[in-house]
Amino acid sequence: MRKRFLENLDNRLDHIDEYEREPVPKEKLKGWRGFLGMYAGEHTAGTEFVIGALFVAHGVSAVDLVLGLIFGNLLAVFSWAFLCAPVAVKSRLTLYWQLRKICGQNLALIYNIVNAVMFCFLAGAMITVAATAVGLPFNIPMPGLDDWLPTSVGWVITVFLVGSVITVVAIAGYEYVARFANISFPWMFLVFIAAAVAVLPSLGVTSVSEFWPAAKDRIWTGEPVAGLTQFTFWHVMFFAWFANMAMHIGMSDMSILRYAEDWKMGFSSAAGMFFGHFLAWMASGILMAAAAGAVAPGYIAYNSAGIAGAMCVVIAGWTTANPTIYRAGLAFQAVTPNWKRWKVTLFTGLLTTIIACFPALVMNLLDFVALYGLVLMPMGAVVFLDVMFFKNLNLKSNFAEETGSKFNWAAGLTWFFTLTLCLAINIYGGVEIFFLGLPGWFIAVILYIGLSTFIQRKIKKDNTE
Amino acid sequence: MNILLKILSFAGLALTVVPSFLVFSDTISFEMHTNLMFFGMLLWFFTAPFWMKEKEL
Repeated sequence: MRKRFLENLDNRLDHIDEYEREPVPKEKLKGWRGFLGMYAGEHTAGTEFVIGALFVAHGVSAVDLVLGLIFGNLLAVFSWAFLCAPVAVKSRLTLYWQLRKICGQNLALIYNIVNAVMFCFLAGAMITVAATAVGLPFNIPMPGLDDWLPTSVGWVITVFLVGSVITVVAIAGYEYVARFANISFPWMFLVFIAAAVAVLPSLGVTSVSEFWPAAKDRIWTGEPVAGLTQFTFWHVMFFAWFANMAMHIGMSDMSILRYAEDWKMGFSSAAGMFFGHFLAWMASGILMAAAAGAVAPGYIAYNSAGIAGAMCVVIAGWTTANPTIYRAGLAFQAVTPNWKRWKVTLFTGLLTTIIACFPALVMNLLDFVALYGLVLMPMGAVVFLDVMFFKNLNLKSNFAEETGSKFNWAAGLTWFFTLTLCLAINIYGGVEIFFLGLPGWFIAVILYIGLSTFIQRKIKKDNTE
Repeated sequence: MNILLKILSFAGLALTVVPSFLVFSDTISFEMHTNLMFFGMLLWFFTAPFWMKEKEL
């Protein structure tokens, strides 16, 4: 009975990844509506409660915030539309299978492990966010900005409780959670807006005309919390641009956009950027200011919207942690093909829950999000060049598949040297992590073209001799 | 039936967001706003799953 249940489960989970290893057929392509809804839902997540609040903690001014978010989000939408979508529509494959064709089985496997570990940290942050709301009725002390280690036994128990539920649901009911997330989005988004509007009087705002002066003097004051770096327009713009770097420039969203009828559907990401990464980030900044500088999402949401606010934090954390744990499980499964998927998901959930016990991750979420994008970005540049330009440059596309190689050294060295050079720019040039993605992408492009030209010419020469 | 469910769902969304503007205009108390939001939440989650379509992607 149990065996049959688990077999059915594996079959169901396999069914979710249809067309993973083959191009999506024409009759399965989707229109604008699905993409707009998907992007709007995916980018109104539990972490939005933290990111907007951390901007306030880093002392960004109101003008810098608004302008930075407008320009940064526009650049993010352009990255989806002009980089990721054209590649996805041309290849119609998931990033992983495209990488296998270009980089070979072994390099794609290394990429997968790195990706899975990053997903675990991301899902861990979501569990931490949800736990800050679940712990409220039990008076569990919430972590603050300076907390890196678990703050109490009660906190650890709460995180394990939330992590266990999320893991079990990720194993047994992935499809239901995806549907539940879809249903939750309109309500979650309105909770963000309602919570922010309701606390405005406590910040001295009683009419629309009073909002901007209060925003400058009482919310985004330009004064960072002691010990935190001062954020400027450039920090906000680059953070908004690169917050999802792994998805657009890093090409992870090929998995979604390969279903698009047209590359222009990459512009549908604007729904996620301007609902989630503009309005929701501004709303959470207002909530933090109204909560006298507290950053625990559960607390600031309860303070402004009561039980509905706390529930919103739990649901936002849960609905985003679940697919992330599932995706991490998928990535780990490439390393352990003999393990059943439910076992891999269980292992991933446990690892993620342990990570979630440490508030350091959430309190340094801005740095982690920037690091996550940066680490995966070079391989996005590799895929972009290989799919879109290699034929024009007289270079061989899908090098590993064409030559039977299991490790494309041009791609591997591009990845390694790009990150090494970015680290050097960070250490010796003093450039903060938020800005490294831009020079990093150009470094990766130059390296990949140069190394591919060198390696492919050498192979050609060896073959003719 | 579907229309009735949709009306109730949108009433739930209205109860979620409208009270906050009434707090802003000093028409209702903050406690009333949190209570109405709670009922809005219940109304939305008990009705929307019956008519909202499956996720397309």
